[in-house]
Amino acid sequence: MTPANENRTIPVPDALARFSRSWKSAALALAVGMIMLLVLPRVLDDFSLVQATVYAVMAILALSLGFVWGFGGILCFGQSAFFGLGAYAYAIAVTNMGDSTVPFVLAIVVPAAFAAVLGYLIFYGRLSDVYMGVITLTVTLILFNLINSTAGPEWKIGNAPLGGFNGIPNIAPLNTPGNVDDVIGPRGLFELSLGALLGVYLLLRLLLACKVGRVIVASKENEQRLLLLGYDSRLYKLFTFVLGAAIAGLSGCLFANWGAFTSPTVFGLAQSAQIIIWVIVGGLGTLVGPVIGCVAIQWLTTQIGTQQTINSNLVLGAILVVFVLMVPKGIVPTVGGLGVKLLGAARRKPEVSGDKRGVAQDDHHNATRKEAT
Amino acid sequence: MTTPLLETRKLNVRFGGVHATRDIDFTLAEAELRCVIGPNGAGKSTFFKLLTGQVKPTSGEILFRGRDITAMQPHEPGRFGIGIKTQVPSLFNGLSVWENVWLAARRVSTPMQTERVTREVLERVGMLSHREAITGLLAHGERQWVELAVVIAADPPLILLDEPAAGMSDAEVARTAELILEINRRHALVVVEHDMSFIRRIAKKVTVLHQGAIIREDTPECIMGDPFIKQIYLGKKPH
Repeated sequence: MTPANENRTIPVPDALARFSRSWKSAALALAVGMIMLLVLPRVLDDFSLVQATVYAVMAILALSLGFVWGFGGILCFGQSAFFGLGAYAYAIAVTNMGDSTVPFVLAIVVPAAFAAVLGYLIFYGRLSDVYMGVITLTVTLILFNLINSTAGPEWKIGNAPLGGFNGIPNIAPLNTPGNVDDVIGPRGLFELSLGALLGVYLLLRLLLACKVGRVIVASKENEQRLLLLGYDSRLYKLFTFVLGAAIAGLSGCLFANWGAFTSPTVFGLAQSAQIIIWVIVGGLGTLVGPVIGCVAIQWLTTQIGTQQTINSNLVLGAILVVFVLMVPKGIVPTVGGLGVKLLGAARRKPEVSGDKRGVAQDDHHNATRKEAT
Repeated sequence: MTTPLLETRKLNVRFGGVHATRDIDFTLAEAELRCVIGPNGAGKSTFFKLLTGQVKPTSGEILFRGRDITAMQPHEPGRFGIGIKTQVPSLFNGLSVWENVWLAARRVSTPMQTERVTREVLERVGMLSHREAITGLLAHGERQWVELAVVIAADPPLILLDEPAAGMSDAEVARTAELILEINRRHALVVVEHDMSFIRRIAKKVTVLHQGAIIREDTPECIMGDPFIKQIYLGKKPH
């Protein structure tokens, strides 16, 4: 049978969409990351390297929400809760245990387990998306208040005082498994953080390419159809939520290492809002976007912080408004789209006539090549 | 007597004061093709929603191959082997045509089989050339074909089609009828339609719903000759 209207062009994805979903883009992102991993420790001074480390740590957090929200369609206001749980789990466990191996694992497992319980109630209770936002936000604030009110000496887990609003200072850094004396230095922490960022990125790209990832994206597209096909969408959403929490926990662990300190502000409203801003500014529905959004905003915040004239929160608020109104897709899709247009214009110039035919042939060529693979 | 593929017993749904289906006793044999007709509001869509777990019956039971599936979760009808093509195509609009069909095929097939099944099914409905297209940007007719492909790819023993020929040209309607008969060689079908000439082309038996109840079950010829059915369809061309 022939399609209804043969003259109508087939609405295939544009060059940018094809590129962003191909392995070429993953290879490019990883290559850039690897170069930074090798070059930055050699060219940056210690202060800048420590700065770059916190960018990488926060970028992991941004990536976790970029995945949960941008691909799973779950707008989680509580990503900072999992981040904070990761930081606290590490701090408390390492103070008690000395060796950092198990605390490192706990920093990932504890937030994931917490998300599993919370997510089970939300998804298996079939609560709507609005309640998803309300519940995650509320849980974050409850954690904030809970940890905030643990100032007295009676509040401790094992040997680790929780410290209330003062937080937990002097957190022992990560060490080589089994060797408590061989602790990580600033350079090592940078490499570990950036390496973890690249690892998480690769993991998510691989996941999105296989069945589970495709079902996760499909559940965002049309949950009803997914159910009719026989997929239990609750399970896939829960998995997305738990994986996002585990990644945020990893980020929290690295954050506790970075400053050797953690306080209840990691659970705060400001922190939760900031992650959402990173994702919106960088580009929802991409993985590179949240990373770029996170680094750009943090860099800007630091720059504004060095002067006294304007309040940095005002500027951040203004940026968010400008982006939502004028660059709704975010930096990465917008810049990428411009790049593709420029490339296309440059390529088209040599052959003004037969332009369309050339493109059509190119498409046909692509199609046949894809068939072959 | 062999167990029927699908059986409903005294199926009732009430939405507040509305009695949407009344004591529906419906039986479908393996590999049967049944048409369901009835004026708007007769309960056809509700009946399909009951069979796919989207609406819970107030009373009554649904049996699939003798197994009681009345209390199923929303994703379970698809697992038991009931596929549905909805009236307004329900698809993953942001994904490509290929991915839509791939997701349906993948649930029941191995990765290797999935690629083959996806290709075969797209070829069958004539949408293979559109495999890279973004589903949400396709024309309505094309989306109908894609949804049909999605349903076939999951290979369910029972396929429900809600107005498959709506909004199609004559040539497309003829092709759809052909395709339905072809699908019927391997799958049982329940087809909701209004177009009587289309029904005559595909069905041996027709069930008539009126005000939520089954009022007749007979051959298309007898149904079309029935004055009462002509009367309840008044205002609609019986062709």
